[in-house]
Amino acid sequence: MDEPLEWIWVLDGWIVAAGVLCAVAASLVGNFLVLRRMSMLGDAISHAVLPGLAAAFLITGSRSSWPMFVGAVIVGIMTALLTQWIRDRGKVDEGASMGVVFTSLFALGLVMIVRAADQVDLDPGCVLYGAIEMTPLDTVAVGGDLVGHTVFIPRVVLVLAAVTLVNLLFVVLFFKELRLTSFDPALADTSGFSARAMHYALMTLVAITAVASFESVGNLLVVAMLVVPAATASLLTDRLSTMVVLSALIAALSAVAGHIAAITLPRLFGFGSTTTAGMMAVMTGVAFVAAMVLAPRRGLIAKAAAHLALAWQVVEDDLLAYLYRHEESNEGPAAAKADIASALRLSAVRASALLGWNVRRKTILQHEGGYRLTPSGRARASSIVRSHRLWEQYLVDQAGLPTHRIHGQAERLEHFTDRGVRDQLERETQFPEADPHGRAIPAEQPAASRDG
Amino acid sequence: MIASTVIEGGEATLAETILRVVSLSDYNTRIVVLATTMLGVASGLIGSFMLLRKRALMGDALSHAALPGIALAFLIAPLFRLDGKSLGVLLFGAAATGLMGMGAILMIHRWTKIKEDAAMAMVLSVFFGAGLSLLGVIQKTTTGHAAGLESFIFGKTASIIASDAWLIAAVAMISILTLGLLWKELVLLCFDQPMAVTLGYPTLLLDAVLMAVVVLVTMVGLQAVGLVLIIALLVIPAAAARFWSSRMLTVTWIAALLGATSCLIGAQLSGIFPHLPSGAVIVLVATFFFVLSLFFGGENGLVTAMIRRSRLARRLDRRHVLRGIYECLEQGAPRRLDRELAQYNPYAGVLLSDLQATRSWSGRRMRRELRHCEAEGLLEVEGQTVVLTAAGWAEAARLTHEHRLWELFLISYADVAPSKVDRDADRIEHVLEPAMIAELERLLQKSESDGAVMPSPHEIGATLEPAGPSATTVVEGH
Repeated sequence: MDEPLEWIWVLDGWIVAAGVLCAVAASLVGNFLVLRRMSMLGDAISHAVLPGLAAAFLITGSRSSWPMFVGAVIVGIMTALLTQWIRDRGKVDEGASMGVVFTSLFALGLVMIVRAADQVDLDPGCVLYGAIEMTPLDTVAVGGDLVGHTVFIPRVVLVLAAVTLVNLLFVVLFFKELRLTSFDPALADTSGFSARAMHYALMTLVAITAVASFESVGNLLVVAMLVVPAATASLLTDRLSTMVVLSALIAALSAVAGHIAAITLPRLFGFGSTTTAGMMAVMTGVAFVAAMVLAPRRGLIAKAAAHLALAWQVVEDDLLAYLYRHEESNEGPAAAKADIASALRLSAVRASALLGWNVRRKTILQHEGGYRLTPSGRARASSIVRSHRLWEQYLVDQAGLPTHRIHGQAERLEHFTDRGVRDQLERETQFPEADPHGRAIPAEQPAASRDG
Repeated sequence: MIASTVIEGGEATLAETILRVVSLSDYNTRIVVLATTMLGVASGLIGSFMLLRKRALMGDALSHAALPGIALAFLIAPLFRLDGKSLGVLLFGAAATGLMGMGAILMIHRWTKIKEDAAMAMVLSVFFGAGLSLLGVIQKTTTGHAAGLESFIFGKTASIIASDAWLIAAVAMISILTLGLLWKELVLLCFDQPMAVTLGYPTLLLDAVLMAVVVLVTMVGLQAVGLVLIIALLVIPAAAARFWSSRMLTVTWIAALLGATSCLIGAQLSGIFPHLPSGAVIVLVATFFFVLSLFFGGENGLVTAMIRRSRLARRLDRRHVLRGIYECLEQGAPRRLDRELAQYNPYAGVLLSDLQATRSWSGRRMRRELRHCEAEGLLEVEGQTVVLTAAGWAEAARLTHEHRLWELFLISYADVAPSKVDRDADRIEHVLEPAMIAELERLLQKSESDGAVMPSPHEIGATLEPAGPSATTVVEGH
């Protein structure tokens, strides 16, 4: 609390840049992992690269980046291949074969690293959980004489930018192929390009992305960025192209938010700042939960609201139809509230709310201590009752149902019957005057404004 | 790493160390080895259920989801005047967020269109991210105090103490009892959930029980072998056991046995080579057993299956050779038969070239098969002539009879054209059982011709003999 919030562009800017690049690179290919139900592969690969790193070090004896990069990518691809081989040949469940492969490789890597650790500091914790905070410290001079002045760009940012570019190119150039092979591999094979080749290309890119990120942002972040933004985007859209773009956007935003949260959030509770990579992963989770709850069509709130609205509309229809039948039966001009509530099986509170709402919408009005329809309410009610009775007639006439079973069916169907369907029903049943119970079918209202 | 045992021993030679470790004479070694072995039993048991339920990687998600709980427990415990580093508190926190993570997976799977694998990967990474953030917070505030927490990620096998061992023993007992008491119900749940629902089992409750056992085993495993390696113990022994049997009971106890053996050997190995991380060594031993099972497993191992296939192929080849000889003899006769030979051998011989013409085999394959039959005493090869022995004659007659019986069945009941029937019969006759043959005899009213070989229902020379059915076709038809 005592030290003020500091945002130093030279440091935090580069950290965010590294995070965003990693996020975008991973989420681009991650969409296809999620579609192919291979989400856990990112996790498996990121654990399994350990022996690749160790082997590269033991062979070359240096901590230079290139051999380690190559070694890790090779082991990453091997993980995917071995998993598949054990699954196909050994007939082991995919998850289990993945579990066997990556934990074994991880254990092997741990042993190798301990052997290598006598000579160099190769911390497995650092490999797995990254040190994105160190990003700005290791820079490469770019520009030089060309631009007139030298710009120092962190090496990590350059590597991640390259990977992002490669992934972007791959997704854009092979979008059609990726889409087809993800949704229908058999059709893809018959259309002349190999689903298998696409699969291995994707595996390779996942491995490269995981490895490029491991030393900078940690593999944990890659696992999160591969899966969570893509899954989030899939809740928001059904179009693959939109999903890919959205997922990249969500990933980038989560990365930025993650770094800000890492600096600010712990201070609210009186602690210092925390791991940026961890917070970035948490932010993707926040984005997913938000989408899960708030998504326009698939969100939990939207679904619940749609459900409630439908239930409300049904009960409103039932109220109007009840009042219409009450008028018909000549039991007096107005129906008492208690009768309405018991007929519609409503509690007193819900009945009051329903009646109050309909009075305000001027479909009913209070009359002699009860309620009756207004002209506009009567128009709506008559089309509902008309639907109901036409259906009853149709069910007896055309579907051959016994008379005692038709009411329940018609009661359900009346809420989803519009003018066009009513006209069709009327034609099919030869323009009846009355329903099977002998009650008159109301005429179609000229200005029936309600459908659905 | 069981470093202390070696250092105490001073300049112990390798042989002395091995003796000390293997005989479990050292107190620390004894505790570590016993504790990990019990952990191996428990994880093997529950792992085979998870594998069957196709949730092998649930342990992965679960153990990662435990991290924020451990960190939170450490942070919050002082508020309740509890020791933030006591194992009970930490494991309580771990179990709490582990269960939350599992609940989140099930919720995401149920309420959205996200598939289970993506749900698992999401929960795993987000929870773990939260855990790392919390660890980051802890490290910045109370420097040094958090040192113990990181051991949950990589484990601290070597420093298992007696109380940890008792905890592991308790969990192992609970798992064995739970799985044993609810055996029938849980197996049904894993094999056929809809069936379990129909039979009125409380599947949700059973699933919860299964998950609770997984949580328990994962949590105690976390501090013993670490976050990643407990996944290995849950997955590898169970996956390896599947190569030895297809019966659930057998798979389960083999998995427990493999888990226990891996831990026993692994823990002892890391006692002998103290600078190696013991968790990793245990996993590598388990992997060794997995590879062994993958290739040599008694039921589904790759090599075993290969041997079984080639044995079947050999048996089929033998049948084809014997029937070929029988048909050659039947057709024509000792056309170019060695007269002398025929006089002292009542079972006439066939020229190798005639036999060769009945099948589209390479000469080598034919000769190899003849050698096998000769070794079994079914025939004798004399120069270019093949002569059946008495046993061979009986066998050839029986095989040919069965083949024709099936051909006749196909022609009269399955409407297969006589010209194609030979090939179809070829596929099925090898898997006909005696009861089936009796049934065929009855069906085709051939019982009166007991012992005699019926004539071929089609012209023998007329059809081009196809190559014998490949072994795999027959295996699949089994």
